[in-house]
Amino acid sequence: MNPTTVARSLFLALAVGLALVLQTSVLPHLAWHGVGPDVVLVVVVAAGLARGAHVGMVLGFGAGLLLDLAPPADHVAGRWALALMLVGYVAGRVRQDAPAGVAGSLAAVAACSFLGTSVFALTGLVLQDQAATVPELLQVVLVGVVWDLALAPFVLPSVAWVLTRLQPEGLRPAPVAR
Amino acid sequence: MSGPGRGRRLPLMSARDYGRAPREDREPGRPSRALVVALLLACASLMVLDGSGGALDPARRVVGEAVGPAQAAADGMIRPVVGLSERFETQDHLRGELAALEAENADLRAAVRTAPYDRARLAELEGLTSAATDLGQALVPARVIGVGPSQSFRSTVTIDAGSQSGIRPDLTVLNNDGLVGRVLRVTATTATVLLIVDPDSTVGGRVAASMELGFLKGRGVLGDAGRLDLELVDETVVPRKHDTVVTWGSTDGASPYVAGVPVGEVVSVYSSLRESSQRAVIDPYVDFAALDVVGVVVPSGTRSDRAVVEADGSLR
Repeated sequence: MNPTTVARSLFLALAVGLALVLQTSVLPHLAWHGVGPDVVLVVVVAAGLARGAHVGMVLGFGAGLLLDLAPPADHVAGRWALALMLVGYVAGRVRQDAPAGVAGSLAAVAACSFLGTSVFALTGLVLQDQAATVPELLQVVLVGVVWDLALAPFVLPSVAWVLTRLQPEGLRPAPVAR
Repeated sequence: MSGPGRGRRLPLMSARDYGRAPREDREPGRPSRALVVALLLACASLMVLDGSGGALDPARRVVGEAVGPAQAAADGMIRPVVGLSERFETQDHLRGELAALEAENADLRAAVRTAPYDRARLAELEGLTSAATDLGQALVPARVIGVGPSQSFRSTVTIDAGSQSGIRPDLTVLNNDGLVGRVLRVTATTATVLLIVDPDSTVGGRVAASMELGFLKGRGVLGDAGRLDLELVDETVVPRKHDTVVTWGSTDGASPYVAGVPVGEVVSVYSSLRESSQRAVIDPYVDFAALDVVGVVVPSGTRSDRAVVEADGSLR
């Protein structure tokens, strides 16, 4: 494991931790009917878009696990881990299939937000861990997508910028319109 | 005949035997199949472990100990911004908070004493006990520092008091409006509270005017529209609109929900023929969208690292 990988992993772990605190303690003040932005999910998407499916998936699993265990979570653990793992994988694949521009990145965030919250909701239905009905679930999921889209322009460029800065000078990719 | 064919296949076969995908075909950054399977299995086993009991409680506690201080710090930073300017002067602020809590406790006891529940109960017990002192409980003040998002489809919050403040699981949490919920689990400095509007929450309730018993279940509806369903044990009784519902439960604080805490009022009544019971919808007194200062009911004389509001209104 070279120093660049270590530095990047540390940065991503720190970003997820910060995102968790923001999501549970700061942003609920802005929430609309209790639905706020999923900062952790957007960070995972940003990492997936910048670093590919492998990094996205591993980070997604770790971040989801943290979200499952950190207070005030009380759902069956493993649900966010599964959802965010898929999110990280999909975000990483988007990056490989086409170089994502601004519109592409936003579309990826919207798709991943929808996917992540839906998978979380569906596992809840399967495990009988929640009593919400499908229309309620859909309402929450869609409001969540709007929030995450609003958050993405702040999170995606900063995560991508730091990850590029952590790369040795010679190995940086040629600046493309991203 | 089979020689050349086998010769071509062999390298691939052996590569697969070692669990490796042919690397030259793999795009960079794409996870190996083994990793995908491993992570999926990890998710599944987590769900099974957690679904079958409290196997993950130690892990939750460890994460809580680590995250709790960060949440408290973040909450402390954001609080002035969200409009509580009193935070700027800490001492004044704390004094103000204590005064507010004293007032809250006094209000609470006054409200409980004057509730129809108490009048009915006093009549029933014919002065055997003085109910007001029974209902007086020591409170540990706490603030909400973390709120679970609706995306989790659960209604839980984190408060900034934990086992060091004398909090333990199953204690009742209330504020000056009424019942908030109960403590699910604690760390040293934080506690997770299950709100009564959570679909998993069941509270023993009593219609104050008629003393009828029932069960209050959360509906998990989002935002301001948080409602509870009340199902009465005696199906012949029809609760009236605007009836107050209070908790029944223990007075010693041993089981969740101490008795006589106001929960909400009846807003509508349905009779369900199929289930042969009356179902009333309760509007809780507490505004769950704007929870801030709460009190945790603890047995009188509990050791705590912060001031405890005693039953007689004194601070200790």
